[in-house]
Amino acid sequence: MRGTEAPMVEEEGARVSRGEPRGGLVVALRATLKRDLILLLRRRSELMNPLVFFALVITLFPIGISPDPVLLATIAPGLLWVAALLAALLSLDSLFRGDFEDGSLEQLLLSPQPLPALVLAKVAVHWLMTGLPLALMAPVLGLMLSLPAGSYGVLALSLAVGTASLSLIGAIGAALTVGLSRGGVLLSLLVLPLYIPVLIFGAGAVKATIMGDGVTAHLAILGALLAVALMLAPWAIAASLRISING
Amino acid sequence: MWAFIHKLGSPKWFYAISSRLLPWFWTTAVLLIGVGTVWGLAFAPADYQQGNSYRIIYVHVPAAFLAQSIFVSMAVAGLIFMVWKIKIADMAAAMMAPLGAAMTFVGLFSGAVWGVPTWGTWWMWDARLTSMLILFFLYIGVIALRGAFSSRHSASRAASVLAMVGVINIPIIKYSVDWWYTLHQPSSFSMTSRPSMPADMWLPLLIMVLGFYCFFVAVTLMRMRSEILRRESNKRWVRELAGELS
Repeated sequence: MRGTEAPMVEEEGARVSRGEPRGGLVVALRATLKRDLILLLRRRSELMNPLVFFALVITLFPIGISPDPVLLATIAPGLLWVAALLAALLSLDSLFRGDFEDGSLEQLLLSPQPLPALVLAKVAVHWLMTGLPLALMAPVLGLMLSLPAGSYGVLALSLAVGTASLSLIGAIGAALTVGLSRGGVLLSLLVLPLYIPVLIFGAGAVKATIMGDGVTAHLAILGALLAVALMLAPWAIAASLRISING
Repeated sequence: MWAFIHKLGSPKWFYAISSRLLPWFWTTAVLLIGVGTVWGLAFAPADYQQGNSYRIIYVHVPAAFLAQSIFVSMAVAGLIFMVWKIKIADMAAAMMAPLGAAMTFVGLFSGAVWGVPTWGTWWMWDARLTSMLILFFLYIGVIALRGAFSSRHSASRAASVLAMVGVINIPIIKYSVDWWYTLHQPSSFSMTSRPSMPADMWLPLLIMVLGFYCFFVAVTLMRMRSEILRRESNKRWVRELAGELS
């Protein structure tokens, strides 16, 4: 799973034919991606949990507030975004927990490859397995909340871009709390305030579509937030993991 | 100059230097806050729109200033601790956090009290109040994270990272909340767009702000001194100070 210290003297062909991960950042990244994907795909119930949670929370609102379609339609963008955000938060605690408990996180830290890059691969898998499914499921729940037609595409797109930022920011909190036995509640306390800008522009994008305003500005800012998170979060996650492991 | 900074990094020297600085900061803080309070509450003219209720500004604005400055200084102290491993910087960050949270609370509370005469309600989702509330949660996060670790070294480093992440996010949060607010509430009472204050009003405010900053420095120094004694309690100079060694 991790590259060795051997210098890259062999030719590409020889390495591929032997099928061994040997040196090189690309190989290490690919191995991390593959390993995390396999691990997650073998625990399907864990993958389903955020989606079921998302659906359940959305079910609670018409029951708790009112089944009136007009009222639901006005609050639907915010509801869907808040519920998806909480569902993504729910899955964060397990992001590094398993690797921490079986010791493979230490091996990741010992690897000669830059830790921020490897961590980015782990976060990418997390987004692929929680953020993206949530984004794809949101239009169905939007339909149940009688979200006005024409905003479904923007809802899915804003969630897809937004949850990527959420995964990156949340991974900082997950890395800081992974060494603590009861990190779950603390994790949400650390991470939720940092989620607010993404929520504002994500839900804002859907609302702007409904009101017929231009939506590109919102999506552009969501993209900008993602770019900043991509640039800075991997370093913060790597530093936090080192603190949690070495402490 | 460099020697002075290096001395400051050593707990023993910091303890000695701060004992000389502390009375000055306390005196200035008490003087400034005393003058500012009397001037602001008794002699400054009443506002033509809000009457006397505006006088809460003399507590609200200094507290809000401090709430934001303390978070930034906490992050700077965290950065110094992470880069140069200076223990004093971490003690400063640890001692500032509760004071910052308290100042944020004072800002929020005075804002809510001010809301009753101006908005007719205790709470409005006003952009400033909302970002202050988020700042309050950020402070609680940093304090809670520091308390959650059993090893002090990990706690200090984790809190430093979180403070730095928070300080990068504060402007982003602030601007997005401002943007969100203007979208939902196009026109309302705003403190920035009203006609500029006469000097009789803003001079006491300035004095109060300076006084609050001196108060912050004095309290932080005092808390750091007791923290130094606590953390260094097995060092020779502390035991000599306590009279354990003759």
